[in-house]
Amino acid sequence: MHDRFEILIAIHIVIGAFFVFVGSFGLVKLPSLMSRLHGPSKATTLGVGGCLIASMLHFGALEGRVSIQEMLITFFLFITAPVTAHFIAKAHLHAEVDPESELPPDEGRYGWSTFATMPEVRMASRESRSASGDRLES
Amino acid sequence: MIQYALTFGFVAVSAALMMNLYRLVKGPTVMDRVLAVDTMVVNTIALIILYGIRESTTLYFESALLMAMFSFISTVAYCRFALRGDVIE
Repeated sequence: MHDRFEILIAIHIVIGAFFVFVGSFGLVKLPSLMSRLHGPSKATTLGVGGCLIASMLHFGALEGRVSIQEMLITFFLFITAPVTAHFIAKAHLHAEVDPESELPPDEGRYGWSTFATMPEVRMASRESRSASGDRLES
Repeated sequence: MIQYALTFGFVAVSAALMMNLYRLVKGPTVMDRVLAVDTMVVNTIALIILYGIRESTTLYFESALLMAMFSFISTVAYCRFALRGDVIE
C-alpha cells in the first residue's frame, strides 16, 4: 500500500514537472504573443496542479495529516490563470495590434468588443460626425 | 522512488525557470515580459511545493499562497498600467 502511494506520488510529480517544462518551452518557442499565452496559461497551470496533487497525496497518505493549503493554492491558481491571460491578451491588443488592418472582421454590428464603445455613445458620435460632415466609418 | 521523481522535478522546473528568464530578457514587447514574470512566479510555486514534499514540511505552502496572490495582483496592475497609463484612476 505504501509502495503504491509512493509510485502514484512519483508519477504525479513527473507529469507535473514535465508539463511545467512544456509550458515554458512553449513560451520560448512559439512565434507571437497570442500563441505564447497558451503555454503558461494551460500547460504550466496543469503542471502546478500535478505537483499539488502529489503534495496532497504525500501529506495525506504517507504522513497522515491533511493540509488545506494545497487546495487553496490550486483553486487560486486555476481561477486566476484565465483572468491573467485575458488581461495580457487585452493589453496586447490595445498596445500592439491595429484593429483595422490586423484583425479579421467579425459578423456583429459593433466590431470587436474590446475596441467598441458603448452602442448609444457610438451612435451619438456618429450622428454628430455626420452632422458636421465628417466621413462615416464603415 | 519519490527522491528520483523529485530530482527530475527540480531539474525540469529549474530549466523552465531559465527559459522564462530568456523570454524575460529577450521578449520583444512589454506584455511578453509581464507574461514571463507571471510564469516565473507560477514555476517558483511549483518549486516551493516540490521542496515541501522533499523536506516533509507544510511550512512553505503559505508563502506559495502569498506568491500566487501577489503574482495575480501585480499582473493585473501591470496590464492596467500598460492599458491606461495609470493603476488607480
